[in-house]
Amino acid sequence: MARGFCHGTPACVAASTVPGVEAALEVQGVVKRFGEREALRGVSFAVAAGERVAVIGPNGAGKTTLLSILAGIARPDGGEVREVNGGTIGWVPQQAALYRRLTVEENLLLFARLEGHEDPRRSAEEMLELCRLTERRGEIVARLSGGNQQRINIAIGLLSRPAVLLLDEPSVGLDPRQRARLWEFVLELAAHGTTVIFSTHDIQEAERYGQRLLVLADGESLFDGSAEALREAVRLEAPESADSDFETAFVAYLHHRGH
Amino acid sequence: MRWLLLKDLQILRRSPLQAVLLVAYPILIAILVGFAISRSPEKPRVAFLNEVPSGAHVNVGGQQLRSLNVEGRICARVECVHVKDRDEAESQVRSGDVLAALILPENLVEKINSLSTLTPGVPKVEVMVNQEDPLKSELVNDRISALLAQANLAIARRIAGEGSHYLDLLINGGELKIAGGSFPILGLRATAQILSALEPALPPGSLRTSLNQVTSFAEQARDNLNVAGPLIDRIAQPIQVDKQVVSGSSPPLEIFAIAVAATFTLAFVTVLLVAGSLALEREENAFSRLTRGLVSPLALLGEKVLLGVVVGLVVTLLMLGGLAIFVPLEWSRFGLWLLAILFGGAGLAAAGAALGAVAREVRAVSLLAFMVTLPIAFLSLIPSGSIGSGLSDVIEVITALFPFKPALRAMTAALDSAGPAIGGPLLHLAILIAAYGLIARLALRRFSAI
Repeated sequence: MARGFCHGTPACVAASTVPGVEAALEVQGVVKRFGEREALRGVSFAVAAGERVAVIGPNGAGKTTLLSILAGIARPDGGEVREVNGGTIGWVPQQAALYRRLTVEENLLLFARLEGHEDPRRSAEEMLELCRLTERRGEIVARLSGGNQQRINIAIGLLSRPAVLLLDEPSVGLDPRQRARLWEFVLELAAHGTTVIFSTHDIQEAERYGQRLLVLADGESLFDGSAEALREAVRLEAPESADSDFETAFVAYLHHRGH
Repeated sequence: MRWLLLKDLQILRRSPLQAVLLVAYPILIAILVGFAISRSPEKPRVAFLNEVPSGAHVNVGGQQLRSLNVEGRICARVECVHVKDRDEAESQVRSGDVLAALILPENLVEKINSLSTLTPGVPKVEVMVNQEDPLKSELVNDRISALLAQANLAIARRIAGEGSHYLDLLINGGELKIAGGSFPILGLRATAQILSALEPALPPGSLRTSLNQVTSFAEQARDNLNVAGPLIDRIAQPIQVDKQVVSGSSPPLEIFAIAVAATFTLAFVTVLLVAGSLALEREENAFSRLTRGLVSPLALLGEKVLLGVVVGLVVTLLMLGGLAIFVPLEWSRFGLWLLAILFGGAGLAAAGAALGAVAREVRAVSLLAFMVTLPIAFLSLIPSGSIGSGLSDVIEVITALFPFKPALRAMTAALDSAGPAIGGPLLHLAILIAAYGLIARLALRRFSAI
């Protein structure tokens, strides 16, 4: 993989899906193989700064693999990921990656120190305020709800002050109230200019919180556009499901595309 | 690295059960092992019942031997637990309070005395053992055989000694004490001298020739029986042991026991802690996050080894300090103790890191750490030569591949001022640290994979 920076070149601006807004991240022809199986088959897309992109698709579509490659944890067998303007990428894995026997504050302090922050206590304090856990700073993480653990998980991902935040199925295992709080938090981040790319199985969630949907199936990119554009595509390709709810329409679309 | 180390120590502090298991359990095991090793081969407890009447004496050639002191000889070798009768002896053996019971029956001296008669009996001592445990049974057999061999040797020496005494009387003359009386014995030497003095007084002829022949016989008998004296002594113990130490130097048993206990502790603390702590990074999903630019895998391994060495050092020093209350230790060698613990701890921690990286899951890691450490530790304690040479070679190779044995050698060398040099074991450990570090690093490549 060649990771690089395009520093606002015309090509980068052109790659962005938001007119006039520079791309924060460019992905071109990414391929990943596990033995004989191709998990990703030449996936390409670009994301604008402050944009929210939902990566959706059935099990085994390659969502987690794609996010792992974007995060730099897995290496692609082909293609390129370009971080624009040298911005860092924050990664929030599906399962909370934090130390359950440490307190909320100890976790944030540890990762702030490892990130090399000049004033780790101040950084931890900021994150505590951001994820609204200041009151519970001294609690052992294992005793917190799944939703609160996920907020700390995201806060740790934000410690590097990333331009792009990757969330791998962030709402899995959360109850509706916790989900609502989580998305409120994520929307606030995006409102402050953080690009958010998240994978999800929940099609309604993707429709509601993703400005763009990237549909993957069997490692292929089937669709890249807004929820309205996807409905339009369903109307054209599977008209019998066009008036169904979004999830049913999406399944019909996949079926029509042979998945 | 220091922040990760601090984090691991915080986690350890938050898990009291884990801390107790890691620290108290090995110390308990180590102390038990130390005591077992230091006590069992030295003085096993044996119930002792002497039914021989106090006035009974062994007779040789109609003479009563002075006391053979069989009881004293036996009780110098084992810890005798005197019992009043056979029932008590049996009860002590059954309960496991004693290893065996040794009974000198009432007719023992009578049977020994019958050996010099035309109707010799067979003197027997009685032994009660508990056969429930094959190892214990083997140990008892060895002990009792050795004790009886020593008793037989003592009796043979006493009889040989009496024989030599009579031979000396025959050669050199003296007083023969028998049945409360005393009789002068002329002896061959004096006889030959008297006959030699008489010879010139006789006229030359057949009588003088005959006297000359008798004198010659007395001189030859004296000279030849003189040779027989040492021969009789040798009969009591025909083969003697001439021991030469060609390699190794055996440390005092209590020092070896302490070295074993300390190495056991170090092994369990470091291997379990390091392997578990590394696997925990994966279980907490933190490994991918850490190695995504925050910490290199090699630095993470280094931190885990350091964690094992630090905790192992503290626990082992505490244990040595505690044992020093019971056994005097040479505190002047403290620097060498530190070297042995640091190298041994690093070797064992590197092995723990390799186990943790290979097994990956905390539960599997704990099981694997026990399954590897415990048998290797016991194999390392088998003395070479006590089993077949082929098997001994295999064990030697296996134990050389794991850091327990070199760590034990280093610890023994550090504790024993008269012991072997510490350089060899330290070099061995340095090689193992590099080898296990490499294995752990390679295993980390697939560490975060599901």
